[in-house]
Amino acid sequence: MAISPSSIEQVIPGQGAMAQPSATPSRAKRRPFRFVANAKAATGLVILAVYVLFAIIGPWVAPYDPSARSSDILQGPSAKHWFGTTHLGQDIFSQILVGTRSVVVVGLLAGVVATILSILIGVTAGYLAGVADEGLSALSNVFLVIPALPLIIIITSIVERASDTLVALIIGLTSWAWGARVLRAQTLSLRRRDYVEAARASGERTWRIILFEILPNLTAIIASGFVGTVIFAVMSEITLAFIGISSITSWNWGTILFWAQGQQALAQGAWWWFVPAGLAIALLGTALALINFGIDEFVSPRLRSGGSTRIRTASGHTVRMRVGFTPVLNPPAVAPPPVPVDAVVLSSTDRKGGSR
Amino acid sequence: MRFLLQRVAFYLFTAWAAITLNFFIPRMIPGDPVQSLISRNQGRISADAIESLRVLFGLDENESVWEQYVDYWKQLLQGDLGLSFTFFPAPVSTVIGDSLPWTVGLVGITTIVSFLLGTALGVGAGWRRGSWVDALLPATTFLSSIPYFWLGLVAIAVFAGPGSFFPSSGGYEPGLVPAFDQYFIPSAIQHSLLPAATILVSSMSGWILSMRNMMVTVSSEDYITVAHAKGLSERRVALSYAARNALLPNVSGFALSLGFIVGGTLLVEIVFSYPGLGYQLFQAVGSKDYPLMQGIFLIITISVLVANLLADVAYLLLDPRTRKS
Repeated sequence: MAISPSSIEQVIPGQGAMAQPSATPSRAKRRPFRFVANAKAATGLVILAVYVLFAIIGPWVAPYDPSARSSDILQGPSAKHWFGTTHLGQDIFSQILVGTRSVVVVGLLAGVVATILSILIGVTAGYLAGVADEGLSALSNVFLVIPALPLIIIITSIVERASDTLVALIIGLTSWAWGARVLRAQTLSLRRRDYVEAARASGERTWRIILFEILPNLTAIIASGFVGTVIFAVMSEITLAFIGISSITSWNWGTILFWAQGQQALAQGAWWWFVPAGLAIALLGTALALINFGIDEFVSPRLRSGGSTRIRTASGHTVRMRVGFTPVLNPPAVAPPPVPVDAVVLSSTDRKGGSR
Repeated sequence: MRFLLQRVAFYLFTAWAAITLNFFIPRMIPGDPVQSLISRNQGRISADAIESLRVLFGLDENESVWEQYVDYWKQLLQGDLGLSFTFFPAPVSTVIGDSLPWTVGLVGITTIVSFLLGTALGVGAGWRRGSWVDALLPATTFLSSIPYFWLGLVAIAVFAGPGSFFPSSGGYEPGLVPAFDQYFIPSAIQHSLLPAATILVSSMSGWILSMRNMMVTVSSEDYITVAHAKGLSERRVALSYAARNALLPNVSGFALSLGFIVGGTLLVEIVFSYPGLGYQLFQAVGSKDYPLMQGIFLIITISVLVANLLADVAYLLLDPRTRKS
């Protein structure tokens, strides 16, 4: 990424052997899996992996056919039916398991479609500048301001009984604008960098500059945009199913909620009918949001929550650490040499940065 | 001033784009949606109304798309959005006029309150980075990942039983006549408390988080260090120096995400059967009431554009640099 992890340490003079000489060479190495070491990102990825696993094996491991009726009508959770049954005696646990596939597939597919569109439109607009830029960014601003969900609802209701793929396409085609906007802004700042100017001066083709010089530096933004779109797509798909306008014959968590709402599950006290689906949605959303926090903190280390910030100084006072403010822990015997203001500011920006 | 004019021009352009989109959407509908309505209400539907629906759906075979488009605009400028199928002979504009105040009251007020509260909490969380407040962030993430409508369902199940203070559906006590009097207003407020709380809980955490991140970024700026060095009080540095500057990106973020927020909050109305636009849209979708759907989409879009313009004015007041240029 553009922000190298060692940029903070490099500017600290006068910290002796502690920071400078030994740290720089080892830090300069690339560690491809450093992102996963972030606790938030790791948690999110593990939860997401579990969902993807169930999306693949869900229909095979489900104990019952999700649509099969039985004589156990509207029963609470038991050993036989883990999450209880519906008004037709259908097993809710099986419905959730089978429904995972549709949710994950639509989320990922819509995410891919929207991400590709946002890269095409955002990066092109940012790199080309001029009239093309004006037009493309006006287009993405228009799509950004128009309320997406009502539009998706209307289009889906016109296309009667839309399949999962079609729903994913509709969501993807209407939700690329945010990513395009962010990508355009970042491309705009990248295209003036020296290395891009150098590539241009040495006669590289435009597509090559965009593909090999600019795109790799946008990876984090693209990834976070992708994750954000997946969250939005999952929510939209479940909403569509909940309102009952996408196909109600295939199972996803929204369909479960649709039936629960339609059969007055609330009034009958059948909490098991709608609680598992809601928690499944919330947990998936949280996992994706955690991945996004991980990406954010990876790109901008300042955002990390730095653990405890209260420390005890040598003279016995308790001091709260904050950005731009460094307490003197060990009073120096002699007056320290004057330190440039920059260094003072930077030295405390991320006390814990190295350890996390 | 120039900034404001640019924004107005952009919103006009967006409104045009939305209306054009609205013109093309019904032309994707297979078959003739008007015919069934006409045959169902033989003799009760006036020739004018049929004509207006034909223009809306582009059923006039003899006209080119361009002529249809011009007709559509003419009709729109007269405030004619066609007839609602579900609330038959009521025109769409009347149906929307009845439900718009409810949505503006519920969604409008809660969105602003959620933004203000979330921003204030975010200032606190960002300024005290690393204290116990950070431990609350994952909880807010979880809350914001819950779909609005599901939280509404749970809220009804938990709080709105028979005999509870919170009613589970509707916008006011059945039997009351909507008016600004001492019977109606308290009833309307009582009915809006639960949906409002639902929206607040799930929409606020986004603002807390983005404001926290802005505060963290801003508080490492040089002018904050200088303010500290001058010996200004902690409170003054936090509010007048850091928060004031961190607020700007949050306000423009607010303007940009209004479309997303409004779309999500409309669903709360469905769960609570609140008589606003979202619930109306839900009913329209259920009964394939295309003119009502289109009308609602148009009104929502235009409301969001107006709200955006207001947010831009707020930005103008907050940031002196935009006034200079």
